[in-house]
Amino acid sequence: MLQIKGLRASVGENEILRGIDLAVKPGEIHAIMGPNGSGKSTLAQVLAGHPAYTVTAGSVRLEGEDLLELEPEERAQAGVFLAFQYPVEIAGVTNAYFLRAAYNALRKARGQEELDPIDFLDLLEEKLKVVGWESEIMQRAVNSGFSGGEKKRNEILQMAVLEPKLAILDETDSGLDIDALRIVADGVNALRRPDRATILVTHYQRLLNFIVPDFVHVLVEGQIVKSGGKELALELEARGYEWLTGVPEAAPA
Amino acid sequence: MSSPVESLVNREYKWGFVTDIEADSVPKGLSEDTIRLISAKKHEPAFMLDWRLKAYRGWLKMSEPHWPNVSYPIIDYQNIIYYSAPKTLKPLGSLEEADPKLLETYQKLGIPLTEQKILAGVAVDAIFDSVSVGTSYKKQLGQLGIIFCSFSEAVQEHPDLVQKYLGSVVPASDNFFAALNSAVFTDGSFVYVPKGVRCPMDLSTYFRINAQNTGQFERTLIIADEGAQVSYLEGCTAPKRDENQLHAAVVELVALEGATIKYSTVQNWYAGDEEGKGGIYNFVTKRGKASRGAKISWTQVETGSAITWKYPSVILQGDDSVGEFYSVAVVNGRQQADTGTKMIHMGRNTRSTIVSKGISAGRGNNSYRGLVKVLPKADGARNYTQCDSMLIGNRCGANTFPYIDVQNPSASVEHEASTSKIGEDQIFYCKQRGLNTENAISMIVNGFCKEVFKELPMEFAVEAQKLLGVSLEGSVG
Repeated sequence: MLQIKGLRASVGENEILRGIDLAVKPGEIHAIMGPNGSGKSTLAQVLAGHPAYTVTAGSVRLEGEDLLELEPEERAQAGVFLAFQYPVEIAGVTNAYFLRAAYNALRKARGQEELDPIDFLDLLEEKLKVVGWESEIMQRAVNSGFSGGEKKRNEILQMAVLEPKLAILDETDSGLDIDALRIVADGVNALRRPDRATILVTHYQRLLNFIVPDFVHVLVEGQIVKSGGKELALELEARGYEWLTGVPEAAPA
Repeated sequence: MSSPVESLVNREYKWGFVTDIEADSVPKGLSEDTIRLISAKKHEPAFMLDWRLKAYRGWLKMSEPHWPNVSYPIIDYQNIIYYSAPKTLKPLGSLEEADPKLLETYQKLGIPLTEQKILAGVAVDAIFDSVSVGTSYKKQLGQLGIIFCSFSEAVQEHPDLVQKYLGSVVPASDNFFAALNSAVFTDGSFVYVPKGVRCPMDLSTYFRINAQNTGQFERTLIIADEGAQVSYLEGCTAPKRDENQLHAAVVELVALEGATIKYSTVQNWYAGDEEGKGGIYNFVTKRGKASRGAKISWTQVETGSAITWKYPSVILQGDDSVGEFYSVAVVNGRQQADTGTKMIHMGRNTRSTIVSKGISAGRGNNSYRGLVKVLPKADGARNYTQCDSMLIGNRCGANTFPYIDVQNPSASVEHEASTSKIGEDQIFYCKQRGLNTENAISMIVNGFCKEVFKELPMEFAVEAQKLLGVSLEGSVG
């Protein structure tokens, strides 16, 4: 489904991703772990097309389509969803309105009919169950005055509504208490389907107790230095990252 | 740095075109003779001519104000045609009799001076250049005693009302542009709602500037008698042209005891090309006077004009009177706006609310200028001001000049201000959810303006939101 080959990306003069190779198949969950500053969030942002990063080499294909050629909204329309580490506030725009606009933008791009507000509310009502919310919160402005946990839940709700092929969760677990973490994880698990894939970017193993990954990759200084199964996460939890950062392996081909 | 919040691509003014209609104009320039000619052409009674001439003589002694935070080339007042009317001056029985080109112009603009609009329940008094060419629903309004007509007609049919109230809120000597308007205004709208009558529909007027080099000087006078209520909508677009056009209107609102006047404007005059060439200069004096227990509410959405100089104000003369000002002002390209309001608290327990939303994009410069004045006798006066600015890109400007003058210790005056910037992160967030840049900006900006839009009559609010989207198209890309 997703093929990343030799991906290099910079901010200004600083090269942050130094040749990433990653293949994700439908139905899989991949966890990207690594110490602070290793480039995890950069990878998430580059996949979504954040304009602050310049891709200098490599390719990214989603179901054969060259993602790097696409604008961020076109990537979204192709099925890429990024749950932001720091969700943005938009004053005066209700969650309901924002979500419907996004939902209809995706439908329109795919040549489907747009949903009117009434039908959309029905859909939203259903999706709110994923994160255990009442519909009142949908009349509040997007992320305005939301706690950290509420913002992350809102990301999961958006994901549930937009039903992406590829969901990238960027440190969705950071700053969450255990209850919020469980709600977020339940949301992600509920959306798990054989035709969808998920990339979890996380610093801690904690999230992986709730969302069990198929593969774990360790990112150090912009390169994947180790890949393995879910047990690799436990090893990292026990040993930290030093044993990997101290002995960088050869760059992947 | 190349980023979404950078390059500016100006789009063509969507409603820019010039209709080719033979205009019946007086020669360029301004003198007592010009004024006599205008007055004679309009068959005005003597009091009008005297009033105009007095205004003109006052104007000669005044100088153009340069305190606003705007700059423009010197205006040659002798190079302006002060009167221009489409040739069909004979009153028309129906729209079908109107010049087809005129009607075509309205259609291009989407001005609903049509049966559909009439069926929709809005009486329309459309101004084409200086002379009104069509009014509707006059009969139904007439049954309630409501007068809604062109100013010229009011001068002919209701000279007593005109003489009593003209200049009662904005005297001819008020300021340079008001004096000029008083001397040379050719037409405008007139509304009178009698005692205790609630006007059953929103009254609306569409203004339009057409003939080349014709300064447009409208005069609007709205009188709501004791306990009356009226909502008035003003909406504007103008054709594209090369020379700057002066527009100096005066609007006077008279709200007698217990009356309510709501005045809403959506202004979208041509703002000029990418270099700012050719746009309208909009120097407007708008003011209302509220008697005891009366309420005057101004709502404006200003997206057009090269230069906007405009301060819709309320004189809270009577006890317990209420003044409101809700404003969205957008500048893009090279537009400059210096706009705001004045709330003059004279009576006891007078209240005023000011909500101003300034949006600056491109190389636009947006200034809010407001005065809250509480006079010594205004016990218990209250004001709340909220003044927010939003910047799009980094070549635009926003300024706030709030003046507060409180001469009564029991008054309470609050002022809140904020400045924010549409960030790349906000736009990226929306784009990541599938919205394109223009829709993202439109959504963010509309959210920012929500408090003002909710004050607009429903259909106007919808138009305003669309207009805002169009105005900011290409501001980021």
